[in-house]
Amino acid sequence: MADIQDYNSTPKYETFSYLPAMTPEKMRRQIAYLVSQGWNPGIEHVEPERASKYYWYMWKLPMFGEQSVDAVITELEACHRAHPNHHVRLVGYDNYSQSQGSSFVVFRGR
Amino acid sequence: MAVKKYEAGVKEYRQTYWAPEYMPLDSDILACFKITPQPGVDREEAAAAVAAESSTGTWTTVWTDLLTDMDYYKGRAYRIEDVPGDDTSFYALIAYPIDLFEEGSVVNVFTSLVGNVFGFKAVRALRLEDVRFPLAYVKTCNGPPHGIQVERDKMNKYGRPLLGCTIKPKLGLSAKNYGRAVYECLRGGLDFTKDDENVNSQPFMRWRDRFLFVADAIQTAETETGERKGHYLNVTAPSPEEMYERAEFAKELNMPIIMHDFLTGGFCANTGLARWCRKNGILLHIHRAMHAVVDRNPHHGIHFRVLAKALRLSGGDHLHTGTVVGKLEGDRGATQGWVDLLRESFVPEDRDRGIFFDQDWGSMPGVFAVASGGIHVWHMPALLAIFGDDAIFQFGGGTLGHPWGNAAGAAANRVALEACVEARNEGRELEREGKDILTNAAKDSPELKIALETWKEIKFEFDTVDKLDVVNR
Repeated sequence: MADIQDYNSTPKYETFSYLPAMTPEKMRRQIAYLVSQGWNPGIEHVEPERASKYYWYMWKLPMFGEQSVDAVITELEACHRAHPNHHVRLVGYDNYSQSQGSSFVVFRGR
Repeated sequence: MAVKKYEAGVKEYRQTYWAPEYMPLDSDILACFKITPQPGVDREEAAAAVAAESSTGTWTTVWTDLLTDMDYYKGRAYRIEDVPGDDTSFYALIAYPIDLFEEGSVVNVFTSLVGNVFGFKAVRALRLEDVRFPLAYVKTCNGPPHGIQVERDKMNKYGRPLLGCTIKPKLGLSAKNYGRAVYECLRGGLDFTKDDENVNSQPFMRWRDRFLFVADAIQTAETETGERKGHYLNVTAPSPEEMYERAEFAKELNMPIIMHDFLTGGFCANTGLARWCRKNGILLHIHRAMHAVVDRNPHHGIHFRVLAKALRLSGGDHLHTGTVVGKLEGDRGATQGWVDLLRESFVPEDRDRGIFFDQDWGSMPGVFAVASGGIHVWHMPALLAIFGDDAIFQFGGGTLGHPWGNAAGAAANRVALEACVEARNEGRELEREGKDILTNAAKDSPELKIALETWKEIKFEFDTVDKLDVVNR
């Protein structure tokens, strides 16, 4: 038994939440992928204890047609500064499938 | 108008049912049969015989044929083609007028197309390779209760494939111990667990007990992880009444998904259950027990791509498709063909993938492809490369067989999956760099590290997996 490790479940928040927090450079590549798929970036945030709800607070409006990774990062950081303890996630709205092509937490709240 | 007179007797089928000049209508149902004729029966006669026996014909002329417009209702063999690399058989393409079939009835279409004709003496063997369902017919079918996008929205899963696991041993666990296995998998990071297809309501575990303990497992795992979870509760039952009783109880427990075996349960039961699922907001997972009896023989039976189309019309949100990387190595192109037929709204003819006709699904929702059986973490890069995001990877032994237990096994799979998705999005080549991607991810995950040591590394040589030299087998 000594070589068996115990597994503790902790709160998660879907895609990429089982990986360590990404470095800014790795995060930039994920944002670039989202934009390159033709998806519209949208930013949402929430108190960690409410994270399992479908709807988080929407930060401004989705950035329709935005191609600049820097512009998306600027908004993500602005949202994070305004709500430093919240989870901040980036959504890629796919208007053809009428769903979300992607959604992942960029800043992990406390 | 041509005048027809009644002449009793036996005519050659080709006089009525071989029509090489016929241009199929957009509304026709088209079928491609692989026919192995009896010695001495020529191709045109065999093809015409199949067209006749699967539509309006019988072995002799009858006077009542003249009371209707047979030219409007009859099926027609309109083309014959060689089978590459096989002299014993040939392809016959047959067109059926849409009015031969009841609207929205997979049952009725298959009763005609694969009915008596399969026992017919003039052919030694017969295989239904593909069927084109015209959009006019597709629109009469209910289809998947929810489809891929709605399931993603309901389950809150985006930008990645989903993860599942079939609980083992497949028979013999008590309901409470079974719920424990479910809970451990889900809290470790899986999205779904699954009843084995054989699990219905046996003496060792009655269905109601199983449903109750599984519901508790799901709710506890959801509370702990904050993620949405589900378990495919198998409602396949001896009779429709019992099937619906089980489905109703799953609904009462607020369960997100139930499960059915569409071939052993039958198309009639499946279509009814799919309608019930749409009406009651419950997802429907479909297993395919018995398919290999029907689809494995290359000269006789029904190809799986046809069964997959039948399921999409009858209704289901998930369907098992094979894994490619397991025992089905070499079938990559063909598998991707029927995976497209499940998921896309339009699939063009592509003989290299065994697709004989354009298939337009219109607005019919897509079905998640389920890859299940004999797979483990080392397969993750190839699975993601082959199936993309709209799939569910089910690791049974590959979760439960982890040396530290189900939760650690589930976490290992989830970390491996997310690492592969991250790498793909960065533009890395999954099958070439798979080993590097996984071993790197294992640095932050002791669960994944042990999993990689427990199961054997598989080769990531792009060429060997990618080959498809056998066309249409």
